[in-house]
Amino acid sequence: MFAYDKLNKEQMKNEWGNPMNILSKTTILATVLALGACSSADRFGNSDAVDLNNSGVAGGALAGSPQDPTSAAYFQQTVGDRVLFAVDQSTLTPQGMATLDGQAQWLSTNIEYSAVIEGHADEQGTREYNLALGARRANAVLEYLTAKGVAPNRMKVISYGKERPLEICSEESCYAKNRRAVTVISVVPTS
Amino acid sequence: MMKYVLTLLSAILLGFAAPVAAQERDGPLRIEITEGVIEPLPYAVPVFVADNAAAAQHAQNITQVIAADLSGTGLFREIPASAHIGRITNFASPIQFPDWKAINAQALIVGGVSADGAGRLTVRFRLYDVFAGQEIGQGLQLQGTVDGWRRMAHKVADQVYSRLTGEDAYFDSRVVFVAESGPKDNRQKQLAIMDYDGANLNYLTDARSIVLAPRFSPGDDQVLYTSYESGFPKIYVLDVASAGRRVLETQQGTMSFAPRFAPDGRTVVFSLTTGGNTDLYTMDIGSSRTSRLTSAPSIETAPSFSPDGSRIVFESDRSGLPQLYVMPASGGEAQRISFGQGRYGTPVWSPRGDLIAFTKQSKGRFHIGVMRTDGSEERLLTASFLDEGPTWAPNGRVIMFTRESQGAQGQARLYSVDITGRNLRQVPLDIGASDPSWSGLQK
Repeated sequence: MFAYDKLNKEQMKNEWGNPMNILSKTTILATVLALGACSSADRFGNSDAVDLNNSGVAGGALAGSPQDPTSAAYFQQTVGDRVLFAVDQSTLTPQGMATLDGQAQWLSTNIEYSAVIEGHADEQGTREYNLALGARRANAVLEYLTAKGVAPNRMKVISYGKERPLEICSEESCYAKNRRAVTVISVVPTS
Repeated sequence: MMKYVLTLLSAILLGFAAPVAAQERDGPLRIEITEGVIEPLPYAVPVFVADNAAAAQHAQNITQVIAADLSGTGLFREIPASAHIGRITNFASPIQFPDWKAINAQALIVGGVSADGAGRLTVRFRLYDVFAGQEIGQGLQLQGTVDGWRRMAHKVADQVYSRLTGEDAYFDSRVVFVAESGPKDNRQKQLAIMDYDGANLNYLTDARSIVLAPRFSPGDDQVLYTSYESGFPKIYVLDVASAGRRVLETQQGTMSFAPRFAPDGRTVVFSLTTGGNTDLYTMDIGSSRTSRLTSAPSIETAPSFSPDGSRIVFESDRSGLPQLYVMPASGGEAQRISFGQGRYGTPVWSPRGDLIAFTKQSKGRFHIGVMRTDGSEERLLTASFLDEGPTWAPNGRVIMFTRESQGAQGQARLYSVDITGRNLRQVPLDIGASDPSWSGLQK
């Protein structure tokens, strides 16, 4: 009288059982954030570069402070750790090149540092395309720094696509700051 | 246009006791959905009869889910119980068709539920063509554990949908996606899985690493996705039942992402970035043997296999802006298929093989659209500040996608829309969500 669905008892158990039971018993493996650049407190950057040269502090800078010219904070704030890009572009601007000249010079003096170059995109694009676009931008920086004498084995590139915006408004003023490549330096070896 | 074989008007004219109604018909009660339905087909689904007290609540719940499935398609309209004249108190009793004709129910779903003491449910149902006074198809009985009650309800609704539309159904299916929380500049992401209707939400990873764009395997037992778990974007394959996962290693210093299974379930096509350049590769998931499909200085990403495995559609900016291309699955010359104004991305081949869904960006707006596989008959289905990442329902009739709202408080949500562009709906989930991948129909 009824056409029976052909599921047998065992299939019922396996397929119709509550998947949560299986899941909750599963050990969720601990994930390890192994990114070398993690030692920087400001990985994605949330401060605009501030010129501290005119802050009136003279000499005797604390090691690691923004006044210490060998510190990561100095690199970030005074040398400038980032360059910006036009929409869809991975070509360096003259201003970007000037910043990278400073980075190259600093890295040639402070040879204990390695760099991870993070490429980013704004939210106007699809996720996976923007990942590739961010990689292109980071690579443009890597190539420029290499041409300026920084050893390629001191640098790595990574793209975050549109996953890590710095500014969160949906306007060009924010997008312009999000289309960036940030040079994150650290004394931890990157490989 | 709706195409009732028997129009509403003639049904009314023929009156209640008109045995000729069945002969006036050209065929069975059928709703054609190919051209988009404007007027949904009215149906009644009186609460399923509970055979015992233990089944009462399940009978209520199951009936509600069946109605939600059917009405959620936009193809069917439930006539509320408050309007019913007839009452179904015994699943086996003959149907009093005049009671259901009187309220203009074209289709009637009658069911019964019983619960044994051991946590098992039995659900029975029959579907009737009210105006023909006939049963449509055979009665069906389903059995399962109590916690599988939703699946049983979906299976009943799938049967009704298929019998009335002549199409394959999609309610008994799941979606793997990225659950999102936190502000836009510090968004936490984790893989999650749910029923197609947002129920039975479960997390498959924790929120410690960025995860992107999961895709089901052809058997829906595995999921490919991209994770920053190691610090760099890499491809992982996760077993859905155990949530165990492993990385698919590529050459050191490369970034790999955008993985999708081939229909064979063994081959993975993905993007690999080296020296800032992104190309498409395939990898055998067993042997890890990799081969390169494209070799261009442009970006090649977002690949998707045709259902027969012979071709791959993908996104490339080789012409300047991102456009869609189709190439043989083994690589080789690619043919551009998108030619409209704007940028095209995230192409996904329909499970029926007839259409490609995509994201289009034009004049500051995002759209989800479909085109034929040669690029003709492009049709935009949605428009908003940011729509992206379409995925197909198992029957190729509905698309789910991500819609992100504008501004600092912007949130990602999942939506679905018919390939006709009708019936736009938000998937009921109270968390942020993106990058959906729809499973096939569950076995």
